[in-house]
Amino acid sequence: MRTKEQPLIFEMSRKGRKGDSLPELDVPDVSVEELLGDSYIRKEEAKLPEVSELQLVRHYTALSNRNFGVDSGFYPLGSCTMKYNPKVNEVVARMPGLSHIHPYQPEEQVQGALELMHELQESLAEMTGMKEVTLQSAAGAQGEWTGLMMIRAFHEANGDYDRTKVIVPDSAHGTNPASASVAGFDSVTVRTDERGLVDLDHLREVVGKDTAALMLTNPNTLGLFEEDIVQMAEVIHEAGGKLYYDGANSNAILDKARPGDMGFDVVHLNLHKTFTGPHGGGGPGSGPVGVKEDLVPFLPKPLLIKKEEQYTWDYDRPQSIGRVKPFYGNFGINVRAYSYIRTMGPEGLKQVSEDAVLNANYLMKRLEPHYDVPYPQYCKHEFVVSAKRQKDQGVRALDIAKRLLDYGYHPPTMYFPLNVEECMMIEPTETESKETLDEFADALIAISKEVEENPDYVLEAPHHTVISRLDETTAARKPILKHEQ
Amino acid sequence: MSNHRYLPMTEEDRKEMLQVIGANDVSDLFADIPTKVRPASSMNIKPALKERDLLKHFTELSNRNVSTKDFPSFLGAGVYDHHIPATVDAVISRSEFYTAYTPYQPEISQGELQAIFEFQTMIAEITGMDLANSSMYDGHTALAEAVVMVAGHMKMKKQRVLVSDTVHPEAREVIDTYVIGPKLNVSSIDQAKGKTDISDLKEKLDDDVCAVVVQYPNFYGGIEDLKAIREACDATGAMMIVKSNPLALGVLTPPGEFGADVVVGDTQPFGIPSQYGGPHCGYFATKKALMRKVPGRLVGQTVDEDGTRGFVLTLQAREQHIRRDKATSNICSNQALNALGSSVAMTALGKSGLKELAVHNLKKAHYAKQQVEKAGFTIVNEGPHFNEFVIDVGSNVVDVNKKLIDKGFIGGLDLGRFDQASDHHMLVCVTEMRTKEEIDRFVKALEESK
Repeated sequence: MRTKEQPLIFEMSRKGRKGDSLPELDVPDVSVEELLGDSYIRKEEAKLPEVSELQLVRHYTALSNRNFGVDSGFYPLGSCTMKYNPKVNEVVARMPGLSHIHPYQPEEQVQGALELMHELQESLAEMTGMKEVTLQSAAGAQGEWTGLMMIRAFHEANGDYDRTKVIVPDSAHGTNPASASVAGFDSVTVRTDERGLVDLDHLREVVGKDTAALMLTNPNTLGLFEEDIVQMAEVIHEAGGKLYYDGANSNAILDKARPGDMGFDVVHLNLHKTFTGPHGGGGPGSGPVGVKEDLVPFLPKPLLIKKEEQYTWDYDRPQSIGRVKPFYGNFGINVRAYSYIRTMGPEGLKQVSEDAVLNANYLMKRLEPHYDVPYPQYCKHEFVVSAKRQKDQGVRALDIAKRLLDYGYHPPTMYFPLNVEECMMIEPTETESKETLDEFADALIAISKEVEENPDYVLEAPHHTVISRLDETTAARKPILKHEQ
Repeated sequence: MSNHRYLPMTEEDRKEMLQVIGANDVSDLFADIPTKVRPASSMNIKPALKERDLLKHFTELSNRNVSTKDFPSFLGAGVYDHHIPATVDAVISRSEFYTAYTPYQPEISQGELQAIFEFQTMIAEITGMDLANSSMYDGHTALAEAVVMVAGHMKMKKQRVLVSDTVHPEAREVIDTYVIGPKLNVSSIDQAKGKTDISDLKEKLDDDVCAVVVQYPNFYGGIEDLKAIREACDATGAMMIVKSNPLALGVLTPPGEFGADVVVGDTQPFGIPSQYGGPHCGYFATKKALMRKVPGRLVGQTVDEDGTRGFVLTLQAREQHIRRDKATSNICSNQALNALGSSVAMTALGKSGLKELAVHNLKKAHYAKQQVEKAGFTIVNEGPHFNEFVIDVGSNVVDVNKKLIDKGFIGGLDLGRFDQASDHHMLVCVTEMRTKEEIDRFVKALEESK
């Protein structure tokens, strides 16, 4: 169902139209020239669109109709935890005392906000088995970097300047090695073995006196719990390194296994994943970081503490790595996460993990006869299938993803992790019903039949979206990044 | 437990599913977790609240804060009180936008992709730059990323960075943390009467400096002489990075016209509530020559198989999910929804509205400054300014602000927060939200609070 393209907002612009409602100036008027030197005054106006309010609303409504969210349909994007975003979270985040407070108001004017943040910090510390949590990091990747910077500061405080390496499994999220680089480390890859888990022998080979940390996602990106975690922690700790937990995949472990108990020293969480902050089309997120006791002195400053029944910002932290973000983090996302935690409570969160794991295993089982499942043991919150079988018939995983669009689904995470051929990484989440899982499985099974019977139809997919496959090569070769007016 | 409204599985469903899986009990699915690492007891967090009680609890927390909706505020310093058009919330509340993630599948994400492309265009227009990315976490981290990008672009041959003392103190702190990894040396440029001291800049510039970082308007509201700074940079081959409040660029000559290499800032003034400091929305604009070094996501225009115009994430070879340890930055999630909100606010303003709003801010702030001066307060910074200025309140600002809140005003920023010696200095911000009557009453309240 192709529709005609939606014009750019600039293409609807007509000189003289307005969408704003600025009040009359009520102070004595003075010329701009009098207030600013001539060289400072802008000569040519920025070419923003000139449209009426209804035109604006119709334009963005039309754009929203060309977009797909969790509310539109099933969105099993692996490692992204596209669960339901509760509506009440949006209501509480917009309360005036939470939405319209300035970060430089004196502490006594914002005690409610500080209490909320402190409660959230404590809940997250309890869930992860960490001593203290900072809410300053903006997103998962910034949390990773913040954690690694603390590990660096810890080693340096011990006079240990030669720990230049961070070990990262080959199945790790791309942000892990990128964060290691940004924090000034070199990354070393540790292999995945035939079980889909970190190769313990290889880990023993690559670890050494230069090891600053091991970054690990557990359950890993294949959706498997790293059963050897206790031994791995021993290997790293004996070598003097620290264990970093990438909490992007924590939806499976709530009340089941705390990173702190597994031996991790630093944890970041993606509040926009496990804790229902809406993904917003790519953000904003929030990436709090928790640490064990020996790393507490290095937390970013300021740190929120409770002192004589008052909440206050502690800036007097001489060993802190400093500031990673202005103000106190993405407060608005933290409000939503706290709302979710209070909605679920301890029993609810435990059920979340159980249902997330149940859903993933059920879906995997249903797909197993039709797609290669490289790691058929029980998975956690997500699993991977390979379209190797279909590739032999000339249809790639990408084509299957495009065909899924016709069936009304958002495709899984594609071609990741990198160590699985023609990989599709599927994370159903706990908020999906059995009926939805069955319908999705039926769609993938139907596509596998189409691959056998009418592969061209799959290769030409999608057929029912507003636009067909886009020319990404030209887009990258001759980039057009803005509209020329 | 009885069913929770967010969890659709019934006991019957669970049983059927376990049967298909071939497990007896859900605990079988967790059997691979070593007993040693399983929690000894259930997690100790507060019990669940029903929606009614949750709303009561959050209302109570919200009511314990003084909202800028209840009291006129004169706080700025990077977070501004501007009118948010009703259209902003109407658009960002459309769940096709807010419950989607990064547009990895362009065929069902054209809405988000086109919205970002339009955002990139608006930011490039306002800053006078060749291109802009899809957003950064906030203005301060965008600035720090700009520093790291420029050093990388110069292949780390120049490892010194000069940052003006008139840049937001927290932005300077963020830069200090970001440069530890790439091992850059940061020195500060002195200020003279609230502006970057050009002679100090010239003195400190040498061939090892890769970037000079200034803010325009600066932290104290003053307007830097970008022409002189550009000339100084050219003498040694340093790049000029400018952090700008994009609203101010409605009336000020854009940094692009002064030859800035990178312009960053925060679009919070466009439709984003203060939210105790975040989430806001960083922007990042630069020249074509630096296009392939830009951190974060970029959306490009292309065509589909039928030749229809469409949009895709592009130049992804820069990014962490492709380049891993060789990526230009580790940024992944950004501030897409807030960029959308800002696009709506910028669209609502339109070409003439942006300028008018900037001019109102300029004029109101100057009126307030005049009134404060008339009342006998000293203005600390000299020269033209946008919507902020610094006054000496004659006593401790913390104490003055305590008196002001009793009179119904949220006072300006205590500069003693960043520098003990400035504890009598208040950074006052006046936006279009403040009426003449509020300004007049505020000045009177200030006089009474000395």
